[in-house]
Amino acid sequence: MSQKKYWQSFGEVNESEQFAKQQQDEFREELPFEGFDDKGLLDAKAPRRDFLKYLGFSTAAASLAASCTIPVKKAIPFANRPENIIPGVAQYYATTFVQEGDVVPVLAKVRDGRPIKIEGNDRAAFTGGGTSARVQASVLDLYDTHRLRFPQQKVGKGNEARFEEVPTFEQFDKLVADAMQNASGSKVLLTSTLNSPSTQAIIAAYPGLRHVQYDAVSYSGMLLANEASGFGRRLPSYDFAAANVVVSLGADFLGSWLSPVEFAKGYAVGRKIDEKNPSMSKHYQFEGYLSMTGASADERFVCRPSETGLVALALLSAVSGSGVNGIKEAKLKAGIEKAAADLLKNKGASLVVCGSNDKNVQVVVNAINNAIGAYGKTIDWGKPVNYRAGIDSEFEQLIVDMQAGTVGALMIYGANPAYSYHDAAAFASAMGKVKLSVSFSERMDETTELCQFVIPSHHYLESWGDAAPKAGVISFIQPTIYPLFKTRAFQTSLLKWSGNDTSYEEYFKQYWIKALGSETAFNTVLQEGLQDKSLPAAAGSYSSASLAGAAQAITATPAVTGTEIVLYQKASIGTGVGATNPWLQELPDAISKATWGNYALISMTMAKELLGVNLLNGTEKESNNYEYYPQKPVIKITVGKKELELPVLVIPGMQPNTIAVALGYGRGEKLGRTAAGVGQNAYAFTTRTDNGVAYATVATITDAKRKEKVAQMQIHNTYEDRVEVVRETTLATLKKHPSVIPDYRHHLEETYGKSKDGLTTDFRKEGTLYPTHDQPGIKWGMNIDMNACYGCGACVVACHAENNVPVVGKSEVLRYHDMHWLRIDRYFVSDAANPDELKGVVFQPMMCQHCDNAPCENVCPVAATNHSSEGINQMTYNRCIGTRYCANNCPYKVRRFNWADYTGADSFPNNRDQQLVGKLDPVIEQMNDDLTRMVLNPDVTVRSRGVIEKCSFCFQRLQAAKLEAKKAGRPLQDGEAKTACQTACASNAIVFGNVHDASSVINAVRANNTNRSYYVLEQLHVLPNVSYLAKVRNTDEIIESDSHHAAAGADHGTEKSSHAAPAHEAAKPEAAHH
Amino acid sequence: MMSQKAALKHLSTLLFSLLILSVSFSRAQDAAAGKAVFMSKCASCHNVLKKATGPALAGLEERHKWADHKELLAWINNPAAYMAKDPYTQGLKAEYGSMMTAFPDVTLQDVSNVVAYVNEAAKPAPVPAAGAGDSAQGSDNQNSVLFGVISLLLGVIALILMQVNSNLKKLSDQAEGVTLPEGIPFWRNKTNIAILSIVFFVFGGYMVAKGAIGLGRQKDYQPVQPIYYSHKVHAGINQINCLYCHGSAEQSKHAAIPSVNTCMNCHKAIQAYEKGPKLFDEEGNEIDGTAEIQKLYAYAGFDPNNPNKWDPSMAKPIEWIKIHNLPDHVYFSHAQHVTAGKVQCQSCHGEIQAMGEVKQVSDLSMGWCINCHRETKVQFNYDSTKGNKFYSIYEKFHNDIKSGKMDSVTVKDIGGLECQKCHY
Repeated sequence: MSQKKYWQSFGEVNESEQFAKQQQDEFREELPFEGFDDKGLLDAKAPRRDFLKYLGFSTAAASLAASCTIPVKKAIPFANRPENIIPGVAQYYATTFVQEGDVVPVLAKVRDGRPIKIEGNDRAAFTGGGTSARVQASVLDLYDTHRLRFPQQKVGKGNEARFEEVPTFEQFDKLVADAMQNASGSKVLLTSTLNSPSTQAIIAAYPGLRHVQYDAVSYSGMLLANEASGFGRRLPSYDFAAANVVVSLGADFLGSWLSPVEFAKGYAVGRKIDEKNPSMSKHYQFEGYLSMTGASADERFVCRPSETGLVALALLSAVSGSGVNGIKEAKLKAGIEKAAADLLKNKGASLVVCGSNDKNVQVVVNAINNAIGAYGKTIDWGKPVNYRAGIDSEFEQLIVDMQAGTVGALMIYGANPAYSYHDAAAFASAMGKVKLSVSFSERMDETTELCQFVIPSHHYLESWGDAAPKAGVISFIQPTIYPLFKTRAFQTSLLKWSGNDTSYEEYFKQYWIKALGSETAFNTVLQEGLQDKSLPAAAGSYSSASLAGAAQAITATPAVTGTEIVLYQKASIGTGVGATNPWLQELPDAISKATWGNYALISMTMAKELLGVNLLNGTEKESNNYEYYPQKPVIKITVGKKELELPVLVIPGMQPNTIAVALGYGRGEKLGRTAAGVGQNAYAFTTRTDNGVAYATVATITDAKRKEKVAQMQIHNTYEDRVEVVRETTLATLKKHPSVIPDYRHHLEETYGKSKDGLTTDFRKEGTLYPTHDQPGIKWGMNIDMNACYGCGACVVACHAENNVPVVGKSEVLRYHDMHWLRIDRYFVSDAANPDELKGVVFQPMMCQHCDNAPCENVCPVAATNHSSEGINQMTYNRCIGTRYCANNCPYKVRRFNWADYTGADSFPNNRDQQLVGKLDPVIEQMNDDLTRMVLNPDVTVRSRGVIEKCSFCFQRLQAAKLEAKKAGRPLQDGEAKTACQTACASNAIVFGNVHDASSVINAVRANNTNRSYYVLEQLHVLPNVSYLAKVRNTDEIIESDSHHAAAGADHGTEKSSHAAPAHEAAKPEAAHH
Repeated sequence: MMSQKAALKHLSTLLFSLLILSVSFSRAQDAAAGKAVFMSKCASCHNVLKKATGPALAGLEERHKWADHKELLAWINNPAAYMAKDPYTQGLKAEYGSMMTAFPDVTLQDVSNVVAYVNEAAKPAPVPAAGAGDSAQGSDNQNSVLFGVISLLLGVIALILMQVNSNLKKLSDQAEGVTLPEGIPFWRNKTNIAILSIVFFVFGGYMVAKGAIGLGRQKDYQPVQPIYYSHKVHAGINQINCLYCHGSAEQSKHAAIPSVNTCMNCHKAIQAYEKGPKLFDEEGNEIDGTAEIQKLYAYAGFDPNNPNKWDPSMAKPIEWIKIHNLPDHVYFSHAQHVTAGKVQCQSCHGEIQAMGEVKQVSDLSMGWCINCHRETKVQFNYDSTKGNKFYSIYEKFHNDIKSGKMDSVTVKDIGGLECQKCHY
C-alpha cells in the first residue's frame, strides 16, 4: 500500500463524504426547474400560462425568422488591392511585445487587416519562439472597448472635473505648448522601464528633459547591489540552460521574475530527460509561500520572507566552506547544506537567483554566485539586460521635487504610481503641485485620472518602435493595423514638443538606417523582427567590497515573530497591466486555480488556528464548509494603518506564519468592466525600508467573521479517485525501477488483451466491443512532457485566441460553467497522512484526448461527435442538440457546454439574458462588443448556446497546413501542422504531429521515452491520442510501492466501471467511496 | 463513262475544297491560339485598335523590326535587355511612361499566333450572326411546348374514348336488359376520397418538408447588381480566364471579387461596348454596355477623356450583391477545390460563361456537397507521374490499387464525408 497521494483539493485528500457525493454529480448545481416537484405545475414559477406564452412566442419567432426574406448580403472588394494581400489568407508580421520593460519578439497573425493571434518569433534565440499568457492575451487589449479614443483635456475643478475631447492634435499641441510656456520649473518624463534606443535618443535630444523610470514592482535592490558588487547599475543575462543546479531564494523566475519566457525556455533544457542516461538539473527553492516556480522545484524549503537574507548568508558561508550559520530550524538548515553541497559540486554550472528587492540580500547573492563560479558561465555580464531600470530613490526624489513645486511639466508614459506606489496618496498630492501634467496612457488608469491632459499612445500592434532587451539584441515593432482610434505615438508628441516636426515613424526609420548602415539592413531587421549579434559571454568584474557591510546589516535586522505577508505577482495579471484583459482574468492561477480576483493564501496551520478550519484531522463538517462551497472565510489584514479584507484559500506547503496576496487587482472604475471591482489593491502593503521598497512585511491578521466567494476551477472536475491520471516519480526511482509504466501496460495487455482462444494478444482489438477505426493517411498525435510544464498558462490563453473560446465571467465560473478547452490541472504530491509536507506539485495540461475508442461518441443520440479518419474526435456544433451525455461519459472531463450565448452567436439576442440562464457578468457584454469581436478567428465557428464544445487539435491549423502541402503537391512535412498550445509554450512541453510518419518528432519522443510515456487512464481502454511523459522530481527518494500502486489502480478503474467483487477493496484502501 | 468522269470531277472538287478548308482551318487555329495568349497576357495593357497602357497592336508588323517575330520575341521575353540597345523601344517607354512587363515564358509560336490574331482582329469585323444561339434556345423551348400540347391532346382523346366506351357499355347493357343500380358519383366514392386524402397528405407533407429544407437556400438567386456585369461578354465571348479576375481562388478560401483596379487594367483601354451582341437583362430590356462601363468609371474616378490623370487611389469599391452564401458554420475553401481538387469553376457555378448577370445554379445544400464528395475522385498519385504527391502517404490505398482491390480514390475515401472537414 502506498502512502503517496496525488490530490487536488482537501476534500479529496481527506476523503470527505461531501466530496464523494459531489463527484457523483456531473454538473454540480441544481437544475433550474424550480418548484416543479413540490407545488405542482400551476403553482410553479413557470405555470401553464407562461408555458403557453413561451410556446406562442417561440412559434411566432420561429415562423418570423423563417418567413422573413433572407437579408441581402454585400460583397465589397478592395478598391485597390494592396500587393501581396490575398483576401482570406493570413499574413504574419514580425513585431515585438513590449510592456513595462518586458520584451518578447513575436509574430502577429493578421487576417484581412485585423491582428487576431500572437505567435512567438522563433528567430529570437533568447526566447526561442516562446510566449507567455500576457503576450498571448495582448491582442485582445488592442480591441479593448475601454481604450481612450481621442486626446482629451480636464476641465472644471474638484468634483466637477471631467475630461473633454480636444478635436485635433494641432489644438492639443497648441494647448500643451502654451501650458509649457507658462509652467516654470523642470520638465520631467516619467515612464516605466524604457528600453527603446530610438526613444532614448529622442529623450536625450529633448532640451532640459529629465527622465525618471519607475517600475511597479521594483528591481532597484538588484540594480544597486550589482553596482555595489562592481558590475555597474545593470542586470545580467541568466543562462538557466547551462545550470545543473538552480537555487532560487524566493524568485518566481518561471512566473513573474524578470524575464520568465526566456528563463522557462532555458530551464526546460535541464528538465528534459534522456531516458538512456537519465539526468536532469536540480532545482532548490527557498520561499515563504507556494509560488509557481516553487511548485516545479525538486527540493523546496520554506522560510519566512524576512529570513531570506539569513538564508542567503548561510548559503554563502556554506559554499565558502564555513558551514551553515544562523539558521535554527533543522530542516531548513539541512536544505541549505544540501543546496550548498550541490552548488559546489557543480561549480561553473550552477546559479543562484533571489527575488528580494533588498540591496543587501542581493549583494550576498552576488557573493554566492561569485563563489560558485557562476559569472561568465551561467550569469553573463557580456549581455546585460534592460528589462528593469527603475531606482526607488530616483522616483522618491521626483515626488519631493513635485511637492516642492519645482516640477513644471510632468509627462507620464507606461507608469502608474497612483496605483502601484506604496505611498500613492503622497504621489497624488504631489501631482496637484505640478503645473502641467500630460499622460500618454492608452487607458484611463489611476494616474491618468490625475493628469490635466491625455493624449493616448498607440497599442504596440499599431505602433512603430524598437526594443533592446539585452546588449546586442534589437527587436523591431511594426504596425499591423491602422490605429483604431485617434491616438498618436508618444514619441511623436515628444518630438513635436521639443521642436522637431518629424513623426516618430520617420524618425525611427532614419535612426535605424543610420545605426544599421543602410536601408537594406533596416529592412532585413524589420522582416526578421530582430537582430542578435550574439555577443560573447563575460564574467564581469566582481568586487566583494560591499559584502561585509551587507552581511552585517542582515544579521543586525531583528527577527520577526508574527505573521508575515508576501506580495506576489500572478503570471496572468502581473503588476496589474493584465487586469483589464478578460482572457487573463479568467486564466486560473497556477497554484490556487482561482480566477477573477485576489485572495490571501494561508497555511493549513493558520487556517486551523485563526479560522478554525482544520483540514488535516478536523471534522467532516469543518472541511466541507471550507472545501465544498465557493464561500471562503474572509480575513482582515492590517499593515501599519492600512487594512484590507480578503477571502482566504488554504494552500499546502506554505510557511505556517506567512500569507501571500497577489498584486495587480483592485483597479480603478474607469479602466472598464473587466478590471473594476475585481479583487483588492495590495500595493498598499508594500513598504519602504532602508534598502528599497519591500514586497514582504509584517502584518496583523484577524478573522473578519464573514465569507466571500472565490471562483476556483478544477476542483469540480474530478476523476473519481482514479489516481493514475498523474504519473510522477523521482529520478532515483526511475533509475532503479525504469519499467513501471511499461510493466503496467504489459499487465493490462496480459489481463484484457488476450483473444478468446488465448493465443494472441492484441489489447487494441480485444479490449473493445466496437470496431476499430482506420486511419489510411494521417493520424494526429500529441505528447506532453510534464517535466517541462510549469503551469504558466500561455497555452490556455493561446487556445482562447485561436479557437474563439468564450469568456464566461466570475458568476459563471462560480457555477462551474467555465469554457476552457485546455486546462492545466494541478496536483499536490504528499504523503496521505501529511498533506502539508509537499513533496512536489504536478502540472498536467488536460484537453480532449481524442480517444480512438471514445466513450463520448457512443452515447451521442445524434452522432454530433464522431471519429475522423485522421484519429480526431470531431465535434459538430450545428448537429449538437445539447443532451450533454458526452460530457457525462467523458472520463477526462474536457467537454464544455455553452450554458448561455457567451459570444453572441445566437439569432435571438435575448438568449444572452434570460431568466433560466441567469444574469451574466458585464464582461460578457464587453466580449460581445463589435470592437472586441474583431479578435475572433474567422476560421473557427462561434458556438451558440446549447452546444458542447471541446479541443479540436486546432483542426483549422491542420487543414491549413494540409492545404499548403496539397497546393505545392508534396507530402505534409513534420512540424508544418502545429497547435496553438504547442507554439505558445516557451519550454516546448507539447509535441504534435503525424504518428504515421515514421520520421516525425512525435514518434521519436514516444519511442525514446518508453519508460515515461503513458496515457491517462490507460486501463479504460479508450485509446487516447494524447500521451504524457511522467513527471520526474530530481530527488534521491525511492518510491518502492509505485508498481504495486499502478496495479492497484488498474483494478480500481475496472472496479469503478463494473462494480466488481469486494475482493478488490483490500488492494485500494485509499478509495473514497466507502 | 460519263458517270466515271462526273465522279472524278466530284472527287477533285472534294479534294480541292478539303485543301482550302484545311488551309483556312490552320490559319484559324493560329488566330484562336493567339487570341487566348493575347487575352491572358497582353490584353491588360494592349488593345488591338486603340492605344492603352501600351501601343495599339494593329499593324505591328509594319513597325520597327517586328515583321521578324524573333525580334519581337526577344523584346517580349526581356524588354529591359532589349531596350538597352534599341532606341525605338526607348522611345516607346518615353511615350507611354512605363516599360513593358517581361513575359519570359512566351514562345515564338505564341508570338506568331498573337500576330495572326492581331492581324485578323484588325480587319473590319463582319457583323456577327446575332441571335444564332437564341434561335437554338428557342427551338428547344418550342419542342417542349409541342410535347406538352401533344400529351394534352392525347390525354383528352383518352378521356373521350373512355367516356365513349362507358356509354357504349351502358347502351349495350340497356339493350341486353341488364339493370344496374345507380352508380355513386366518383367524388363521393369513399375509396376515392381515402386515396385522394392520402395522396394529398403525402404530397403536402413532402412539399412542407421540402419547403422547410429549402429555407435559406437561394438557388436561382439572381439579384440586380450595381453594374450590369456580363460574364458572358468577359468569360464567354472574350474568353478571359476566370482566374485573371478571381485569382485568389487558387490561394485562399475566398474566390474574391476583383478590385476596381483589376477591372481598370482592361477598361482603361476598352471604353465602349461596341462589337459584342446586344445585351438584355432578365426583363428583356436592352442594356447599354457602354453606359455600364461608365458606371465603372464613376467608381474608379476615371475620366476617359483624360486617362493619364487617373489616380487609382481615389477609387471607391463597388458594393456587389453577394450571391453564393454559405452559413457561418460551414468552412469552404476555394483553394482546396480549385488548386488541390482541380475542380472546374463551372462544376458549382454552372455555365458561368453563358450568363449575363450571375445567378446561383447549385442549391449549395449539404446533400449537394456530400454527393459530389462521394463521387469525385481526388488527384491521387496512382503512379509517380500523375496526381498530387500529397497522397503518397496513403500507403494502404496504394497497396489496394496495386492489388486491384480499389480502382480509384474518391474524396469520401480520404474522409471527405466527415463532419469536421467542413464544420469546425
